[in-house]
Amino acid sequence: MRRSLLFIPGNNPAMLQNADVFGADGIILDLEDAVTVAEKDAARELVKEYLNTWEFGATEVMVRVNGLSSGWLGDDLDAVLGDKLTAIVYPKADLASLRELDRILSELERRKGLAKRIGVVPIVESATGVVETDAIATFPRVGGILLGGEDFTADMEIVRTREGAELAYPRAKIAIACRAAGIDAIDTPFADVADAAALERDARVAKSLGFGGKAVIHPNQIEIVNRVFAPDVTELRWARRVVAAAADARKKGLGASSLDGKMIDRPVELRAAKILERAAACGLGGPDDEE
Amino acid sequence: MKIGSAGTLESNDALVTVREGVGIKIAIDSIVDAFFHDQIDAAVRGELALLGVTGADVAVADKGALDCTLRARVRAAVKRMEG
Repeated sequence: MRRSLLFIPGNNPAMLQNADVFGADGIILDLEDAVTVAEKDAARELVKEYLNTWEFGATEVMVRVNGLSSGWLGDDLDAVLGDKLTAIVYPKADLASLRELDRILSELERRKGLAKRIGVVPIVESATGVVETDAIATFPRVGGILLGGEDFTADMEIVRTREGAELAYPRAKIAIACRAAGIDAIDTPFADVADAAALERDARVAKSLGFGGKAVIHPNQIEIVNRVFAPDVTELRWARRVVAAAADARKKGLGASSLDGKMIDRPVELRAAKILERAAACGLGGPDDEE
Repeated sequence: MKIGSAGTLESNDALVTVREGVGIKIAIDSIVDAFFHDQIDAAVRGELALLGVTGADVAVADKGALDCTLRARVRAAVKRMEG
């Protein structure tokens, strides 16, 4: 479950030691944009030490490394690769850099004798990345794609607005490519941490296009994002009624049924089943959740 | 004289400064010195040993850092000292 992924600056001990208490489904320990050039080495040591000593419970742990062109990628990966890490978040992803990342990861996994294969969550945040999204989504190790709205709009030399119309195409492209590949589509962070209503609107737009979660940059964004990307009471109630009506129709030997005058066919029943499945994964689905 | 330092004076962090020296000398200035002086000393000393450092003057300005933070700051400071 990757409804909310919280970025934590890699050189900030106070935030690192509280990273898993805010209720995000996952945390991204950041060695890239949140760390100044002068502090890259110290942040790398700090993140390495936290990964070695800290127990993160059920919270998924990822690290955003510096990209291939920075010259720091090898050192970052060597420092953080271990059994607690589920995935590397890779910035400014394109196919060429992902191939090199895969090669370095394979070599390090062999050398360190890791029992598991580290996943990759590429950040698509350039025009090239968007064009290559279909191939990125099916690339080995890739278990999700994160949209990077700020860098994408910078690359396109366009303005990022609160309404986000300029992100409509990359959002749709990523959501569909991820769905087709069976991986997670994760939306770009919303930059204004003080505007909860706008964050909720932004998250709902992403959800309506097929995103399953959203990166967040402040703990106060987590509750809203977790709520938006979990089924709400109306969806839950509808899904239960659809599944019940479909089961009833099957008992009667009918191929299709109806609910409130609308036909329930196989796609509708499947959508309802997925809502119930997601509700269960979010810890919802008990009788109280319909109150 | 070679010198390296890492960390900050922010809460939960420590500023660790390491200078080349003879033997290991550790000076600790901590907001929790009364309770954790020995633990801080042990964390710093242990990390220096792991790094194979046998001669260093270390100054620790501690603002409540956990052991794992101290170890990371010592390691970064030593690497910076060694260039």
